[in-house]
Amino acid sequence: MTTLQIVFLIIAAITLVSACLVVMTRKIMHAALWLVLSLMGVAMVYATLQSGFYAVVQVLVYIGAISTLIIFAVMMTRNVMEDVGPQSNRGWGLALVGSLILFAGTSAILLTWDKAQTVLQEIPAVNGENIQMLGLALVDPMGFLIPFEVASVLLLAALVAAIFLTADIKRSRS
Amino acid sequence: MDAGMIWEWIIKSIFLILFMTGGFAYVTLLERRVLARMQVRIGPNRVGKFGLLQPIADAVKLIFKEELIPAGADKLMFIVAPVITVIPALIITGVIPWGTSINLFGREIALSIANVNVGVLYIMAVTSISVYGITLAGWSSNNKYAMFGGLRSTAQMISYELALGLSLVGPILLAGSMNVMDIVQAQKTLPFALLQPAGFIVYFMATLAEINRAPFDMPEAEQELTAGYHTEYSSMKFALFFMAEYIKMIAVAMIGSTMFLGGFQGPFVDQLPWLGPVYLFGKVIVWLFVDIWIRATLPRIRYDKLMALGWKVMYPIALLNVFITGILVVLTTKR
Repeated sequence: MTTLQIVFLIIAAITLVSACLVVMTRKIMHAALWLVLSLMGVAMVYATLQSGFYAVVQVLVYIGAISTLIIFAVMMTRNVMEDVGPQSNRGWGLALVGSLILFAGTSAILLTWDKAQTVLQEIPAVNGENIQMLGLALVDPMGFLIPFEVASVLLLAALVAAIFLTADIKRSRS
Repeated sequence: MDAGMIWEWIIKSIFLILFMTGGFAYVTLLERRVLARMQVRIGPNRVGKFGLLQPIADAVKLIFKEELIPAGADKLMFIVAPVITVIPALIITGVIPWGTSINLFGREIALSIANVNVGVLYIMAVTSISVYGITLAGWSSNNKYAMFGGLRSTAQMISYELALGLSLVGPILLAGSMNVMDIVQAQKTLPFALLQPAGFIVYFMATLAEINRAPFDMPEAEQELTAGYHTEYSSMKFALFFMAEYIKMIAVAMIGSTMFLGGFQGPFVDQLPWLGPVYLFGKVIVWLFVDIWIRATLPRIRYDKLMALGWKVMYPIALLNVFITGILVVLTTKR
């Protein structure tokens, strides 16, 4: 086993355990923080795959922006901080069977697929991957221009909708 | 990768951490002396020559204070929060180059720890996680003043991060790279502060808000929140918050000098690479002095005005600056 594999296993364990704790812990603030750790684990996986760009973007977007907003929302809801009562409903057995089947099926496919056996190649780059290529691909009509623009329009629509929802109260009052 | 390379990295990282913590100690002294002069006082001058040993006396005093943990606090979070606050402040300057490279003991040593091609993004990512420590400190203390301090700081830091991030886009566009070293090299003739005055001013103001300095020090407004998010902290845990604030001050001064004032560039730096760190150090000192000067001059602004300024003035200016810079870069580049 190489050092990289050991590092990967540690990171994978951190990610999975903290992902489980997100749904198992009873304090909602702790759940949000375990989510942060889990997302950090994903960022570390990107880093072991030699993709500094994706690792940094993962931290910036998911930990820096989205999780901060979640924690901000949680801080406003003090009285439902600690949930009491059962943590699972009646359907947990069926859900367990379903997820086990899904896991077994995915593992079987990955084990039999010969491309999953390929050894990772070292990326021949000086200081990480080439970001200019990514940038050019995003604005190239032959590349990903249309998906990029569609995603931008979707985000813009969401922004406008958010502003409309918050401004609606004032309009009905007058 | 040989063993010497790894030792070089370790030594450079330890040096950076020691430099930042040592810098923290003396920035507190600088602030107290400069503030005192501006308010026609003398300031601490009894411990050592010119009060130079004052930080050590303060540290000894803080170590002997009692550690308190409030009864209703979330103990683990309460202890972890100061640590989470300090770590981003310490690691953020890892991508800042101090110079090109120097020859030491027969080895060519680059004067930067990490020369990564996403350096500016790294700075943004670390900035964005630095809000956690303050938020958690405010929440875990189980105190309404601390809670409000934490809430305010979260809202303030998220709001000003947008303007901060956009103000850094200008230098990226002008240099055509996200590598901090490339950005410094592109400022060989002209610092970007002259080409990007709007970006520079937005960066300066946004960082004041980001590190909770006056006139944007809402999260720790003494008059209305007793002390804000660190109300319940004492002894070394309080010292860690204090440390994080001053280290962040040095860090944003370093990043700002690098992105807008030419970093280690200066006269004769090509012939004498040793001058690089000296120039950077000088720029950082001037920056810190201006920070302190502003604290001595301006009153704290009201919280809603602060948010309005962030969202309605600085954010649009930064956005417009990005558009104009982009258009000008495309128009002036020779094809």
